[in-house]
Amino acid sequence: MALTEKDVQYVAELAHLELSEQEVGKFLPQLDSILQYVDKLNQLDTTRVDPMAQVTHPAAQNSSLRSDQPRTTFDQETALANAPERADGCFKVPRVIERE
Amino acid sequence: MDLTSIAINEIRQQLTAKKVSAEELVRAHLDRIETADKNVRAYLTLSPERALEQALKIDRMISAGDPLPRLAGVPIGVKDVISTRGLRTTCGSKILENYIPPYDATAVSRLESAGACILGKTNCDEFAMGSSTENSGYFATRNPHDLTRVPGGSSGGSAAAVAANLATVALGSDTGGSIRQPAAFCGVVGMMGTYGRVSRFGLVAFASSLDHIGPFGRSVRDVATVLEVIAGRDPNDSTSADVPVPDYQAALERDVQGLKIGVPKEYFAGLSSKVGDNIQKGIDLLTKLGCKIETINLPHTDYAIACYYIIATAEASSNLARYDGVRYGYRAPEFDDLREMYRKTRDQGFGAEVKRRIMLGTHVLSSGYYDAYYLKAQKVRALIARDFVEAFDDVDIILTPTSPSPAFKLGELVDDPLQMYLADIYTVTADLAGVPGISVPCGKTKDTPQLPIGMQLLAKHFDEEKLLQVAHAFELAGGFEVS
Repeated sequence: MALTEKDVQYVAELAHLELSEQEVGKFLPQLDSILQYVDKLNQLDTTRVDPMAQVTHPAAQNSSLRSDQPRTTFDQETALANAPERADGCFKVPRVIERE
Repeated sequence: MDLTSIAINEIRQQLTAKKVSAEELVRAHLDRIETADKNVRAYLTLSPERALEQALKIDRMISAGDPLPRLAGVPIGVKDVISTRGLRTTCGSKILENYIPPYDATAVSRLESAGACILGKTNCDEFAMGSSTENSGYFATRNPHDLTRVPGGSSGGSAAAVAANLATVALGSDTGGSIRQPAAFCGVVGMMGTYGRVSRFGLVAFASSLDHIGPFGRSVRDVATVLEVIAGRDPNDSTSADVPVPDYQAALERDVQGLKIGVPKEYFAGLSSKVGDNIQKGIDLLTKLGCKIETINLPHTDYAIACYYIIATAEASSNLARYDGVRYGYRAPEFDDLREMYRKTRDQGFGAEVKRRIMLGTHVLSSGYYDAYYLKAQKVRALIARDFVEAFDDVDIILTPTSPSPAFKLGELVDDPLQMYLADIYTVTADLAGVPGISVPCGKTKDTPQLPIGMQLLAKHFDEEKLLQVAHAFELAGGFEVS
């Protein structure tokens, strides 16, 4: 099933990307051909195969978690150092809650 | 003596014999960068003060007669997806143009504790997504062997820096081949350890189950030395393996007589003779050294690219969700509300390849498609990984070309993303299976100018010693210059 402009718009929406009409037009055939290519995985019978999300080598299994002790990492100043906008020790963003 | 062409051992000798100071060594590299890097364009950001401060520290230790750390005075480049405290880290993206990390990656702090002098951050494809370094948001790096060609990617800057003597060694990252392929294109050694061998703490995440940090060098010995310094369990990376780091230097000297080398037929089908002839000469040399060559099967090879580009893009779409203009990085100048801020920030800050991959990844994870794509790809991944486990029951090392072609021309593949993806065919399998791999130079083509060809060796999990042993024997026997 070929990809449509609507599909591209939908995905862009999910990914918080604002694409221009030109970009949608450019990406559509590229994404479509890639998706057609990856379709070849359906040639394989994987009914009896467990999915592998991560390499987990027996030698590398770490069953121990660290102890639940608080640690210091960054102070507030350091954490805010790259902030595009800040106020009162917080990251500043446009209003999130609607006002009547 | 040309201080920019010598190896780690020689640096150590020269420093301890007081024939050269660490300061002179760093300055020689900075000078060379100033003249040569305008053509190669390996570096994005230079850090002369940091390098010299470290060099002066080392020189004080030399005067005091103190024992020198492992990499004392060694000039190094660091790929710009690896965090360096206080030193701008862009990931090759405009969205992080002014980002200054508040911490060092573990690999970086281990290198500096060992005395290495960081010359600067090297150029790369944006967020490590690419095979040519043409996707950098800043500029393309050129191949030092032919400035009209790509250095490979995504660690093109690091590979080119080492090839052009703009650093003794360099750090790169590998998710689908981004250390091995540029090493092949630039005629240097590039190694990726087993997944979990080197801590990913501080490596800006692209695909967390596939990412690795690894070294570039001009010799196998230099790569082995850097690997030993950066490898090992890190409490800050829960995927880093609690497996002891062996003495890789000692492994280099072992005899390769009788080792079994598997040559997978799937990696040679349709291979151009331009590359194939050189790889055959490499195989012949290893046979002369006493290795036993055997044809093997890795039956799911043909599905690796499809599998990789579903898993990697899915993980990337998740990992790159953090670039939203809130806590760091670029924020769009104009927006009406929060959602628009996110959308415009990301649209303006990300390049085309990154957007493409985020969209692919979002699509394959979205409701209705998750099972058909992502879950399916994870099952295929298990099959690919099993191919390797079964192969290594029989052979010690697997030998393949690193890339189906030598370095292509700048601009040649930019308009055809799928073609670009297919260039990774020989390297993605190791990332999917989590096995270690190294690319070593294996002669050059007969073009004008001659282009390097890379030979890839793969070993089973945590068997880096065997990789280094065979690669080193190959180098000593003249393998890098086969013709």
